[in-house]
Amino acid sequence: MQRYEIRLAGTGGQGQILAGIILAEAAAIYEGLNAVQSQSYGPESRGGASKAEVVISDGEIDYPKVTVPDFLLVMSKDAWGKYGQGIGSKTKILIDSTLVSIEQDSVPEGTRLYKLPITGMAKDLGKEIVANIVALGAITAISGVVSRDAVEKAVLSRVPKGTEELNKKALSAGYDAAMSLVAVEE
Amino acid sequence: MKEPVVKLMQGNEACTEAALAAGCSFYAGYPITPSTEIAELMAERLPIYGGRFIQMEDEIASMAAVIGASLTGAKSLTATSGPGFSLKQENIGYASLTEVPVVVVNVQRVGPSTGMATSPAQGDVMQARWGTHGDHPIVVLAPSSVQETYEITIEAFNIAEELRVPVILLLDEVIGHMREKIVIPDKDSLKITNRKKTDARPEDFLPYKADEDGVPPMADFGTGYRTHVTGLFHDETGFPTGDPKKADALLRRLHEKLDKAKDRITLVEEIETEDADIVLFAYGSSARPALSALRQARELGIKVGLIKPITIWPFPEEVVDRVAKKAKTIIVPEMNLGQLIREVERASRGQADVIGLNRVDGELFKPEEILEKIKEVR
Amino acid sequence: MATEELLDEHFRVETMPHIWCPGCGHGIVLGALMRALEKSGFERDKTVIVSGIGCSSRATGYLDYDTLHTTHGRALAFATGVKLANPELNVVVITGDGDASAIGGNHFIHAARRNIDITTIIFNNSIYGMTGGQYSPETPEASWATTSPYGHIERTFDLAELAKAAGASYVARGTTYHVNPLSNYMLKALKKKGFSVVEAISGCPTYFGRKNKMPTGTLMLQWQKDSAVPRTKADKLSAEEMKGKFVIGELQDIDLPEYTEEYGKVIKKAQERRR
Repeated sequence: MQRYEIRLAGTGGQGQILAGIILAEAAAIYEGLNAVQSQSYGPESRGGASKAEVVISDGEIDYPKVTVPDFLLVMSKDAWGKYGQGIGSKTKILIDSTLVSIEQDSVPEGTRLYKLPITGMAKDLGKEIVANIVALGAITAISGVVSRDAVEKAVLSRVPKGTEELNKKALSAGYDAAMSLVAVEE
Repeated sequence: MKEPVVKLMQGNEACTEAALAAGCSFYAGYPITPSTEIAELMAERLPIYGGRFIQMEDEIASMAAVIGASLTGAKSLTATSGPGFSLKQENIGYASLTEVPVVVVNVQRVGPSTGMATSPAQGDVMQARWGTHGDHPIVVLAPSSVQETYEITIEAFNIAEELRVPVILLLDEVIGHMREKIVIPDKDSLKITNRKKTDARPEDFLPYKADEDGVPPMADFGTGYRTHVTGLFHDETGFPTGDPKKADALLRRLHEKLDKAKDRITLVEEIETEDADIVLFAYGSSARPALSALRQARELGIKVGLIKPITIWPFPEEVVDRVAKKAKTIIVPEMNLGQLIREVERASRGQADVIGLNRVDGELFKPEEILEKIKEVR
Repeated sequence: MATEELLDEHFRVETMPHIWCPGCGHGIVLGALMRALEKSGFERDKTVIVSGIGCSSRATGYLDYDTLHTTHGRALAFATGVKLANPELNVVVITGDGDASAIGGNHFIHAARRNIDITTIIFNNSIYGMTGGQYSPETPEASWATTSPYGHIERTFDLAELAKAAGASYVARGTTYHVNPLSNYMLKALKKKGFSVVEAISGCPTYFGRKNKMPTGTLMLQWQKDSAVPRTKADKLSAEEMKGKFVIGELQDIDLPEYTEEYGKVIKKAQERRR
């Protein structure tokens, strides 16, 4: 697996950083790949723009940050404004359509836009807080960068005791919904 | 031997775990971004092993407390960032002169002043070397990955203990905060150095009489030796002296003990420097995009090498001198406006062109900008 | 034990003569501490004496203990490291008025607040003697110092009141004139669990005295005799009547949780949770 760069962007408090950590752990611990996760954040813990990055590779990862993302998750309007510019010609973009509306004609040619009501799906599961796990399921399905099995193991090792079932459901919801988008595409 | 454990870990976390593996049993600190995770983890982890953590009233007190603790025999750690590092400097000088082993972590951020607290920089390279007053010896180590942070934290404790010297572990926000795959070695496989203890009878003990290696054996407080430790210049007895000869001998010995150990403590990695026309000299997180740029340049057929010092003080001048003999140009990317480049210039003695590449905007270099520079000087 | 024997026992006699001027009160304070240490039953090899910078802080060099002569103002911070790393050690801090109240004021407050088991002896001679007579926070108002050549305009800081308010277990003030009670306070301070403070009003005829019409040790003692008011008496006097005077006696003696013992509980809790 060649170097694969993922950027998760949204608002502080949405759990992008935790999603990034879980993704990196899935790759590093359960898939035997190399992974680096980093983030940038403002001084505010909640509400400011938040960005997590994950680089995954089967080789050494020299440069630890994202240069041109292979995958971009967008979970707020601000995040699109800030990170929508830095995408490449083949970037796969997943937007949380509950919070952001972008049309295919406003993204560069060659890029692929996926829309899922991530926050809405999390609400339907009973807890908006699992939106990041719904997103994680969708990223796994669309990117194929790590296996669903590895991500599930990584999720279960990170989430608080007693929330395992909820998080498993969230992961499945995101994964299955995204799989149907991918199937349509194919 | 047990199987090594694979984890995803932050640099600050790796530093904490390695300190514990090295036998650290005391931490005193004060909260400051981007080093605070080290304090938080120490607060949680140290008491589990019977160690002790304290959040002091300020940075100065933290530095003082780790020195006091070390004198009782406890391997001691404190961590900070730029502004706090400045406050610690007076007592770092005290540790240098009194030869108290301590490890001080500085997770660098953009400065001067409060600067940009959550963004990386390498602006404290000279402060790490010359921050305290007087002509003091110091060791400064700068790892460039989470794995290296683990290994070099252990090395920092080993050097501090072996040479009775404060060791500065110079991280930066990138290294401190990023999470990376790390293979944690089995504890039994680690080489851990403990300070030399005296076996003299208390009545014969001269606390500052050095062995061949320039390092005096220690006696912990509370073990019956009744030693005097002072920041005044002192003779072998530890008591103050105004004798110019003894003063001269003391300061020279403090430097010589490092000189004698220089080969062992000067850790440098060389990557493809053998045939290189252009050599990058990069440390800490800057070494990561530099390595990336090297690989891209090699693919383009440009002969590029990399000197990646882990020990930046003492400065690895022999390596730079040797490489400069063959290379045409040395490029020094630093997240400051040119600090360690001065040493590269000095050590290369005009044998190669030395060119700086600088960023002070709180962003890590991109491989492309280093590659551009390589192409430009080609 | 006779004084000579005590000196042999507690002092590094080979480091004598000491640096203090003729008439300096610090020898009296150190003598009082020596007698208190003798009576305390502290094992000498388990007792660490820590000092800062200044005339008084040179005392550590003379005492035959594990001694730590640190940086200006920081004795309590170093001592906190010593005590917390090895709570079995008895830790005594020797500090001066400038050392404890100006540059080291913050450490003083927080050592008291933590109530860490350290005994602090403040040698208060109202002046920076080592540097040649500059005013300290303890310099009496309207007196003279080399840095107050037109008379001192700052109010005097009451360190004993500060220690009380910050939560020290034991606080007392004595003088080199009232030397026996001073030594008794020190003994109680040494034996008290928690942070204990004895402020010893000492005389500096060379720098404080000469500028303030008390150029001899005797005159400095006379000043202490005239200005010290026992606590019981001071309680009945008005602020006006107390002007230019200071209170002596035991000012606080309370029992509060001690820091290193509390940290011992933290260790237990951490290890239990681990299991």
